Amino acid sequence: MKIYVPRDAAARALGADQVAEAVLREAKARNIDVTLIRNGSRGMVFLEPLLEVERDGIRQAFGPVAAAEVPALFEAGFGAHPKALGPTEEIDWLKRQTRLTFARCGVVDPLSLADYEAHGGLVGLRKALALPPEAVVAEVKDSGLRGRGGAGFPTGIKWETVRKAEAAQKYIVCNADEGDSGTFADRMLMEGDPFCLIEGMTIAGLATGATRGYVYIRSEYPDAIAVMEAAIAAARTAGLLGASVLGSGRGFDLWVRAGAGAYVCGEETSLLNSLEGKRGVVRAKPPLPALEGFLGRPTVVNNVISLASVPVILAKGATFYQSFGLGRSRGTIPLQIAGNVQRGGLFETAFGLTLGEIVDDIAGGTRSGRPVKAVQVGGPLGAYFPRALFDTPFGYEEFAGQDGLIGHAGLAVFDDSADMLHMARFAMEFCAIESCGKCTPCRIGAVRGVETLDRIARGDGAAVEILTDLCNTMKLGSLCALGGFTPYPVMSALTHFPDDFRSAHREAAE
Amino acid sequence: MAATATAQRTEEIVDGLAGLEGPLLPILHAVQEAFGYVPDEALPKIAEKLNLSRAEVHGVVSFYHDFRKEPAGRHVLKLCRAEACQAQGAEALVAQAKARLGVEFHATAKGGAVTLEPVFCLGLCACGPAAMVDGKLIGRLGAAQLDAILAEFGA
Ligand SMILES: Cc1cc2nc3c(=O)[nH]c(=O)nc-3n(C[C@H](O)[C@H](O)[C@H](O)COP(=O)(O)O)c2cc1C
Ligand code: SF4
Ligand code: FES
Repeated sequence: MKIYVPRDAAARALGADQVAEAVLREAKARNIDVTLIRNGSRGMVFLEPLLEVERDGIRQAFGPVAAAEVPALFEAGFGAHPKALGPTEEIDWLKRQTRLTFARCGVVDPLSLADYEAHGGLVGLRKALALPPEAVVAEVKDSGLRGRGGAGFPTGIKWETVRKAEAAQKYIVCNADEGDSGTFADRMLMEGDPFCLIEGMTIAGLATGATRGYVYIRSEYPDAIAVMEAAIAAARTAGLLGASVLGSGRGFDLWVRAGAGAYVCGEETSLLNSLEGKRGVVRAKPPLPALEGFLGRPTVVNNVISLASVPVILAKGATFYQSFGLGRSRGTIPLQIAGNVQRGGLFETAFGLTLGEIVDDIAGGTRSGRPVKAVQVGGPLGAYFPRALFDTPFGYEEFAGQDGLIGHAGLAVFDDSADMLHMARFAMEFCAIESCGKCTPCRIGAVRGVETLDRIARGDGAAVEILTDLCNTMKLGSLCALGGFTPYPVMSALTHFPDDFRSAHREAAE
Repeated sequence: MAATATAQRTEEIVDGLAGLEGPLLPILHAVQEAFGYVPDEALPKIAEKLNLSRAEVHGVVSFYHDFRKEPAGRHVLKLCRAEACQAQGAEALVAQAKARLGVEFHATAKGGAVTLEPVFCLGLCACGPAAMVDGKLIGRLGAAQLDAILAEFGA
């Protein structure tokens, strides 16, 4: 009997290890031959730990399972049980998705290269090996893929710049710093399908002439670091990485580096400084990292999801990938539904669902059962959206048009107990804590922002204008989006929830 | 640990990693792993071996939140303060932990038993409030469970 219990950090944080132990203990006690596979997460965090049993080639799901329930599951022969969910693939939440980048996540054994290949892995890489580099770049360009790290820059154009740059050494750097609150797609992908990222980075290397790569993973992700390291070692042993990728005679190799707890190191130039062993201070652009990046050499810096989407683009073609989506947002996006929701997790779908569909329908509203008040989209630099803007379709331009951003596609849902002045203050405080210190409007402005919001909280209505001015100064005078975009959460809170900033209202609430 | 022993262990670490491209962060992580913090006595050795000034190494150490200037308590409790966890009640847990321990963040309480630290997202945003307790992740942390953890730590 084959049983799957995820090794994903979220599943483990909810007790998956104890469930896995209980499965082994129970199997032994009952003398049942069980093969236990620690897969990635299917992304349905609300059902974790999700246990699956394979029967007649079909996986049956049970969840959320507590370790104490495992004996009863065995007793029931993994049939009728209050936690039975039926065939995994038939679960509505999963069935409604379009899983391209996450097609294998939660399905395969993350560290089995054989399993990876059996589920469509390496098809994209083999295609890339058979094509000239410029054709690989063209395929990525034509797919319409844009950076999933937040800025939305076309991936193929970035690759083209690096491909054309002349240098003895070029690099592929994967940005796995994933510091945005409400996001975990990079983590899930690395823990659940690490070979997919390795394949994507290798294709990037072949396309641009880079032979060395780094995955910069935040230190808050020890599980992802461990899985990536194990997968890279396995890939090297199998000849997927090294001097001759799959025997092609062309080389690419890859190493993991851990961050050290600085949010700003997710910004690509700060990340490069950090990787070089320096303070994670943001660099002025130009020069572009594509021309003068890691150690001053041409470097592709891409987010995990951007790179992990490349194998399927190569395997199925640019036309296939770009047939999904809306406007200039092509392909699929792994929505990360977080915060106060009934059904939180990772939901991969074509661009274009409205915010309301995501929050009310897919997430099922709040876990607390209270009305949704605000949704912060795109992490700590993203705007707070009120219900009045729930008809905004999920796309880069569509969110920008509402003074917001999709960022790395995380959504943090708040119920009506949220105090938006408090959230605005938190945004300023976070910026003050994480500022790299290079620009005054960010370093000092954020501290002033906290003070100004405290004044407003004390009833000083005149301070609202000061706050607005301060936000404009930060927007215009900051080198990077940390200082430049912190005004998004602050001003959206002020604009859409003015009552929370009015003293009479605040007194009544207290 | 005596200064010379620290320097010696540091030298071994640096020698093992100095060949990397951009070796300083891996070295600092390894030093912290070895000593539980980044001792001042380790810095001159690192600077010398990497051909950097002491001020440069110090500047790097102080930039990153991860690197400790002194040892942590016997247990480390990190509570997520970021937005998605706040939406799920993280603030109340923070207040509870601070009250019970009698300290603010970045401090060690109860005679070295517990160090309390904030963390901004652990990637458990769909199952918050999230915490990391001695390196172990916990999702949907509740008040009773937090009390039990602190009690177990003698705090
Ligand atoms: C303060 C700040 C934090 C960022 N954090 C991340 C991050 O954690 N992960 C990421 O991929 N991009 C992050 N970015 C965006 C990167 O600078 C860069 O645009 C991205 O890595 C490029 O890759 P992509 O084109 O594949 O998105 C951040 C930017 C800023 C200004
Ligand atoms: S805006 Fe802030 S974080 Fe960005 S470069 Fe300036 S000081 Fe550094
Ligand atoms: S916001 Fe707390 S784990 Fe992400």
